[in-house]
Amino acid sequence: MGLEANLTQDGFFTTTVDALIAWSRKNSVWPMPMGISCCAIEMMASGDPKYDIARFGSEVMRFTPRQCDLMIVAGTVTYKMAPVVRKIYDQMPDPKWVIAMGACTSTGGMYRSYSVVQGIDQFLPVDIYLAGCPPRPDNLLNALIQIQEKIGKTKARDFQNIKLPELTVIQNN
Amino acid sequence: MDFKEILLKKITDQFPELKIDTTDFRDELTFSFDKSFIIPVCTFLKSNPDLEFILCADITAIDWAERKNRFTLVYNLYSFKNNFRLRLKSNVDESDCTIDSVTSVWKSANWQERETYDMYGIKFNTHPDLRRMYMPEEFEYHPLKKDFPLTGIPGSLPLPKK
Repeated sequence: MGLEANLTQDGFFTTTVDALIAWSRKNSVWPMPMGISCCAIEMMASGDPKYDIARFGSEVMRFTPRQCDLMIVAGTVTYKMAPVVRKIYDQMPDPKWVIAMGACTSTGGMYRSYSVVQGIDQFLPVDIYLAGCPPRPDNLLNALIQIQEKIGKTKARDFQNIKLPELTVIQNN
Repeated sequence: MDFKEILLKKITDQFPELKIDTTDFRDELTFSFDKSFIIPVCTFLKSNPDLEFILCADITAIDWAERKNRFTLVYNLYSFKNNFRLRLKSNVDESDCTIDSVTSVWKSANWQERETYDMYGIKFNTHPDLRRMYMPEEFEYHPLKKDFPLTGIPGSLPLPKK
């Protein structure tokens, strides 16, 4: 079986806190499915048994931003939608990562139009730009693996001095 | 006498002073007339018991850019009773970019007129709630006008801070 079967007595191993945290973090990335248009269908397909995103520990799609590590922005982001995406991103706890899934999200894609944001990196920090219109589920899994590699290289102190977003309180009278 | 002839006869009998241009293209009947008649004609089409155009399926506009009457309002109506679709057209010039609202006739015209106002800047007189439909309220332009650039005007729509 695994490593622990070969131990004859109480086993232990030494590592660093950074390595242990990064290892556990990268293998349970909980995505926020920000499904806005057709890319969301491929994102859903990546969760089904054929592609099975659970193999990489990311099957827990959270529909609340409070429990997410990774935001998959899947679909065309219009100027009207941009504040919503940003607000949900701001509600996610640090550390957090963003995949810009598909051509529209990365660059505006074929919508060279007055209503579509020409790339969400105008208002979000993006870690992975994922090509395709829409990208296939295996392509999304590849992006997830790359995110995991990126998370694996992080150190705990990288997240010490994160600036919290300025919150605007909207009051109704 | 088929329904199209009955329809035209009823309208001309009701409004003898109204000049109607009729086009019948591929079995689609269109009436074009002056915009001052839009409320009386619509009221008549809806309330006449033989016609009963009770569904206002769509209201939109056409921008002809350089023509004398720049905009054409288009109303698509449907009569369940006669299973008949009718199109009304009315020209609006840019110098007087207004037309009477038909919300008093069909309630469903409310949002369709708001959309037309948002996209073309045509004002509807006596509309109860003429706000923008799609674009933000502080947006200054009307995107479906021919002189609006397809890629938009940089900086006209705000984005959240990075």
